[in-house]
Amino acid sequence: MLITLIELENGEVGEIVKLEGGLQFKKKLSSLNIRVGKEVKKIASQPFNGPLVMKIDNTKITIGRGMASKIILKVER
Amino acid sequence: MKKILLVGNPNVGKTSIFSRLTGVDVMISNYPGTTVEFKEGKTKLGEEVVEVMDVPGTYTLEASSKAEKVAAEMIKEGDIVINVLDSTNLERNLNLTFQLLKKNVPMVVALNFWDETRHQGIKIDVEKLEKLLGVPVIPTVGASGEGIKKLVSSLSKAKAHSYKYNQKERWNKICETVNEVQKTTGKDHTFFEYFEDLSIRPLTGIPIAIIIMLLTFATVIFIGEFIINNFFEILFELYRPLITSFGNSLGGGFIHDILIGKLINGQIDYTQSLGLLTTGLYVPIAMVLPYVFAFYLVLGVLEDSGYLPRLATLSDNLMHKIGMHGLAIVPMLLGLGCNVPGALSTRILETKRQQFIALTLMAITLPCMGQIAMIFSLLGPYGLGSILIVFGILLVVWFSMGLLMNSLIPGLTPETFMEIPPYRLPYFRSLIKKLWMRIKAFFLEAIPFVFLGILFINILYVSGIIGFVGEIASPIIVNLLGLPKETVASLIVGFIRKDMAVGMLLPLNLTVKQLIISSVILTMYFPCIATFVVLLKELGIKDMIKSTLIMLLVTLFVGGFLNFILK
Repeated sequence: MLITLIELENGEVGEIVKLEGGLQFKKKLSSLNIRVGKEVKKIASQPFNGPLVMKIDNTKITIGRGMASKIILKVER
Repeated sequence: MKKILLVGNPNVGKTSIFSRLTGVDVMISNYPGTTVEFKEGKTKLGEEVVEVMDVPGTYTLEASSKAEKVAAEMIKEGDIVINVLDSTNLERNLNLTFQLLKKNVPMVVALNFWDETRHQGIKIDVEKLEKLLGVPVIPTVGASGEGIKKLVSSLSKAKAHSYKYNQKERWNKICETVNEVQKTTGKDHTFFEYFEDLSIRPLTGIPIAIIIMLLTFATVIFIGEFIINNFFEILFELYRPLITSFGNSLGGGFIHDILIGKLINGQIDYTQSLGLLTTGLYVPIAMVLPYVFAFYLVLGVLEDSGYLPRLATLSDNLMHKIGMHGLAIVPMLLGLGCNVPGALSTRILETKRQQFIALTLMAITLPCMGQIAMIFSLLGPYGLGSILIVFGILLVVWFSMGLLMNSLIPGLTPETFMEIPPYRLPYFRSLIKKLWMRIKAFFLEAIPFVFLGILFINILYVSGIIGFVGEIASPIIVNLLGLPKETVASLIVGFIRKDMAVGMLLPLNLTVKQLIISSVILTMYFPCIATFVVLLKELGIKDMIKSTLIMLLVTLFVGGFLNFILK
């Protein structure tokens, strides 16, 4: 099942299958090792459209929802 | 002279290694972006003296942000690059390493935070990594100094190794490398990690944030008061007979007025005499320093533990409403100590627009610790309520000004995208060093400016200028703000030093209402001269004029409004 990072539940893990958006955006994400094939765990989501917190390997990252909506994940549900 | 560059991702400990190499005192904290400007120092390689440069952290050399472009430019000038890696995040950090390898500069790799790999069950085969990368690889712990000697001796073996790989295959190569050199065994969840998640989930994180802020506040007041009552009060009572007999030996006259000041009921009054050797020492040392010390001690613990990026995440939504990132709470907190380092650290905000909003809000509504301490002692006798009114007003102005600027200034605030470091136990040594640097900076700034302020105001009194300015400004000060004409002296000193300016309100016998209004006005109308210089440098003349106009308008509006509604 394919979902965006926003739809991932807290504590759930998904694999990145696609990054939407332009080249600059992809470069920005990949600089923090956010790229196709990596596993992502969602740690928290801040209320009222606040940012999300995710974990890749040992790195925790705060990311805005606009950016998160462009990260497409595959999850087992 | 040969140049050695320290290059690496943000928050991997470049600055702590820099400090170890050069002996230069630098600020080290546990959040990305502590180092906002290049730092230079010197060290010896054998007999040769070399220059060491601490380059602000960057994730990539494929420049997309301004900071990354600057870092990429810098690397061309280096003779040797020390690439500092966070060894608990090998894969992500190797991305920059692989880009550096392509640049063909002689290079050494430092695997920093080596101690943390041990408790995290990460095993890295250093020799194999060295062979694969073709450059020396040294495990280090910047905070404790482990591995630094070895790092220095390896510099002579630094070499350019043109690592051949196809740009598109970089991540594949990195993953291959990581798979070959790194083994992870299962790790135990520590209390820290459990607390990490709790403190960033809103349901538990927000109460934790409130508790931490209240604790911070209470600790600062407790430590500050403790030091004043048990140390400085006693010290200045011992000093009294000395300074009194010195004053008597001077007789009267101008010199006496400058050094000792006015006698109140035939006695020196430390808070009201306004002499260089009486009030000029008492205000910065006995009234302000203890709180500055306490504040920076607590702030240091917050910084080094890694809590601040979490607070930034929790408050991101709110801060976006006023045109900034959550990370803007870092300059705001620093500004509560002193606006100068606060203003400098607004550089971690990536756009000019954010910086303008942050600096203007800071200049208008953020009192520094010196001023806060003085407002406390000024309003303390009238109860906590009146103090809360002052800070409440400032908070309301802070938020509404932010909302206003965010809607009026064209442009958008980009979304937050930042790394959150793990919690770390602060190293006692670096905590104390940082505290000492900040206290030293306070002294170097406070004492000369307080002296300058006192000297200046005495000259203005003697020459009669103060009376003249008081007359001219009286329509605003008396009619609009409801303050006595004499307040003008305090407003003038406020340009030089805010804590001293608040102190000068003491002898005026103001009503509570007047004290509240003048405390608010003194915070808002203009930054002190030291802050002004930094603002001018960061904003440029045009934006500084804009910012100043906003300050004056808001001050008159808020001051007049308070005079109208307060009883």
